[in-house]
Amino acid sequence: MSATQQLINNQSYKLKAASLTGIIVAGMLYADKCRAEYGINFPPPAADVAQEIYDIHMLTMQITTVLLLIVFGFVFYSLYYHRKSRGYQADQNFHNSWFGNWSWVVVPVMVLGVDLTIAGKADAVLKKVWDVPKEENILDVKVTGHQWWWEFDYLDHDIKVESRYVPEKESGDLYLREVDNRLVLPTGQKIRFLHTSADVLHAFWVPELAVKKDAIPGYVTETWAELNREGVFRGQCAELCGTWHSRMPIVVESVSPQQFAAWVDDQKAIKVAAAAEASADKTWSMDELMAKGKTLYDTKCAACHQVNGVGLPPAFPALKGSPMATGSIEAHLEIVIKGKEGTAMQPWGSLNDLEIAAIVTYERNAWDNNTGDVVQPSDVKQAR
Amino acid sequence: MTTTTLNHDEAHHHDMPTGWRRWLFSTNHKDIGTLYLLFALAMLFIGGASAMLIRLELFQPGIQLLDPDLYNNLVTNHALIMIFGAVMPAAAGLANWMIPMMIGAPDMALPRMNNLSFWILPAAATMLILSFVVPFFPGGGTQINTGWTLYPPLSVQVGMSMDFLIFAIHLLGISSVLASINIIVTLLNMRAPGMTLMNMPMFCWTWLVTAFLLILVVPVLAGGVTMLLFDRHFGTSFFDAAGGGDPVLFQHLFWFFGHPEVYILLLPSIGVLSHVIPAFSRKPLFGYKSMVGAMLTVATIGMVVWAHHQYTIGMSLGAVTYFMIGTILISIPVGLMIFNFIATMWRGAMTFETPMLFAVAIVLMFTFGGLSGVMLAVVPADMQYHDSMFVVAHFHYVLMPGAVFGLFAGVFYWLPKWTGHMYDETLGKIFFWTNVIGFNITFFPQHFLGLAGMPRRIVDYNMMFTEFNVISSIGAIIFGLSHLLLLYIVIKTIRGGKKAESRAWEGAKGLEWELDSPPAFHTWTVAPQIK
Repeated sequence: MSATQQLINNQSYKLKAASLTGIIVAGMLYADKCRAEYGINFPPPAADVAQEIYDIHMLTMQITTVLLLIVFGFVFYSLYYHRKSRGYQADQNFHNSWFGNWSWVVVPVMVLGVDLTIAGKADAVLKKVWDVPKEENILDVKVTGHQWWWEFDYLDHDIKVESRYVPEKESGDLYLREVDNRLVLPTGQKIRFLHTSADVLHAFWVPELAVKKDAIPGYVTETWAELNREGVFRGQCAELCGTWHSRMPIVVESVSPQQFAAWVDDQKAIKVAAAAEASADKTWSMDELMAKGKTLYDTKCAACHQVNGVGLPPAFPALKGSPMATGSIEAHLEIVIKGKEGTAMQPWGSLNDLEIAAIVTYERNAWDNNTGDVVQPSDVKQAR
Repeated sequence: MTTTTLNHDEAHHHDMPTGWRRWLFSTNHKDIGTLYLLFALAMLFIGGASAMLIRLELFQPGIQLLDPDLYNNLVTNHALIMIFGAVMPAAAGLANWMIPMMIGAPDMALPRMNNLSFWILPAAATMLILSFVVPFFPGGGTQINTGWTLYPPLSVQVGMSMDFLIFAIHLLGISSVLASINIIVTLLNMRAPGMTLMNMPMFCWTWLVTAFLLILVVPVLAGGVTMLLFDRHFGTSFFDAAGGGDPVLFQHLFWFFGHPEVYILLLPSIGVLSHVIPAFSRKPLFGYKSMVGAMLTVATIGMVVWAHHQYTIGMSLGAVTYFMIGTILISIPVGLMIFNFIATMWRGAMTFETPMLFAVAIVLMFTFGGLSGVMLAVVPADMQYHDSMFVVAHFHYVLMPGAVFGLFAGVFYWLPKWTGHMYDETLGKIFFWTNVIGFNITFFPQHFLGLAGMPRRIVDYNMMFTEFNVISSIGAIIFGLSHLLLLYIVIKTIRGGKKAESRAWEGAKGLEWELDSPPAFHTWTVAPQIK
């Protein structure tokens, strides 16, 4: 390479370096603007252990940033000074100096020191996270993942909440971060989450609680939290669970213990009323069942079979004009109550007789299926 | 043994066959190396195209281009094609080309097996691509919406395309194991007289360790997916809790393969760096012995820390503590490797041709990716990072610089040797800058997305995540298109260019640079004597 060429190359290096710096600075300025408007770090924790997790996150990030700067410092120093174009002569014996002979000991010892600093801090927090308190009055919430909704069972209060995403029309800016029924939790009380799944893997994740645990069919795993402030905290399913993995938001509503007690009473009252309605010895009319059935179908069934009943074949078969929805009522009831093994069709037997009757009636008469069949709660009772 | 091999060679390889026979029946390490590299280049573009579609879909919130199953299918396909189709074959291509030339051997030890291990690949790639397209035909079943990790029970629900994928994985595994056996036999038996293991070129060392890792872990993956196949079709319940099985067992089998796989992808590139950095720093590699030691340590610890990919499955406190500390300790040997590279540059007389530019970028960016790996190793904090976009950013910062950029460095470094022509340095540098800048724009903002709460593998997201996704997608377009320039440079160099000398780079050392550029069809038919 001639001297002129080298000079040109040097010039272009400087130009490139300058433009690179420009891009980085612009990027940092933009990131700074973003920081104000959009999250670039975890949201403020809402539980004591979450705060400790946040602190260890910040600690490791700071340590690694310092290490990164040290590495960058040495590399850029070397890139600038140890260049052939500056006439630097390579030191052919550098690797034979005492440093070359002993660095394989020095460097690992230094790295080990950093490692132990991080691991020591982490270990203490880890014990707290893993050690679920064994207290009598802990609030047990069983969290069951379904394709594609969450079920929250308050085991101490015998309350069940089904939580589904809200379509864009109604949720607006909160689309995919808003649900129809929130997970209501009290502050100042230890809460134990018991995680499991009804079908495939899911993962419960709410950043403010710093709780993330996989929902695994056949397993019950536990995590815990104690909320220290009121508010609404949003998270999402974090383990790929099939087609609508993106539509499994989790919304925690953290309220005072008094509000929580009131909410529990409300839920119980609603439950009693629904049970009374379902078990009432009453013959329901087609119109009543169709109206109830549409509401239920649209929330529980439409994610797979679609609002218009055409499904998403081949995974989710159509109900419109299907042999299942227009053929034998017994077979139809059976698949709804027991599900179909090896497919995404889950058993819906936990619904009450009236709900199943309404859904089946709706499916047999909506979308031009028009079988004219009216399925009564008593039929469902018999089919169970 | 050496004598037998030489006689065999002389008996069968008098002339160079022409036309398609030259390639299909080839037992020549250079031709097979070329085939591997061209195959990898083709796969790089297929895998890249799927990545482009993913980023286009994520450019804006809402579902614009891809329905959710197609999106997840692409996510699966992108990972498998890139890992098994692009990076591993490219590394095998470098090994085929360079190992015999570097150790003074006339060819690989098992040339016919070499032919087989390459020609399984096109069949495997066909199966892999079929697994992607089969659902679009009538009766083709559902798409693979599981991601490359193939976790049951979701993978049991998938239609017949999953079976194509399982068999594709079997074929890819067979190919890798055969290639590994060949490399180990070559390195242990065919080094030139006087070349001991401890003065073997570092690239050979990295491949020796990689090959052992492959033989140890690939059969475990094959076993895991076979059990999956049995669960799907033959009524077993290995992974079904209702039948007495355990869905988590699959995760252990998968990551027992999957974590060492990271080092399988990484180590050959570390080998390339160990040649590129000394060549352009004009001084010997710093710490040869500690490099070998670090590599053996990485491989050993790397085999026993797999469950850090599954911190959230609910392991006992003892188990997570062990996996956390084991994982953090990996920073020691990896840190030593990075240190040795920096110490090689230190007090060197550096010039910055394209291979060296990639090498410097790797040292900086791989350090960054490694450090975010330390963050992820910390279990309590990983409760937050796990399965978020932060993880996506992290492993792309490890695998792009750690594996792919290392392969780019190797290709630019040895292209003059292979083709006999110097590549266009200006174009090479333009490629480097667009590639590296595009990469950083794509993946850096994804750290923020993850911390703000965006899970990975979602087709649609809330508008709070829009801004960084837009930046990321713009970066991805720059990054993706830059590879067309790579293609152009490679084709241009093959077709012609400034004649390369035997020693194409001023500071290049090693037996391969004693040979002509391009080397004769058969080289080192008489083994060189090492001092």
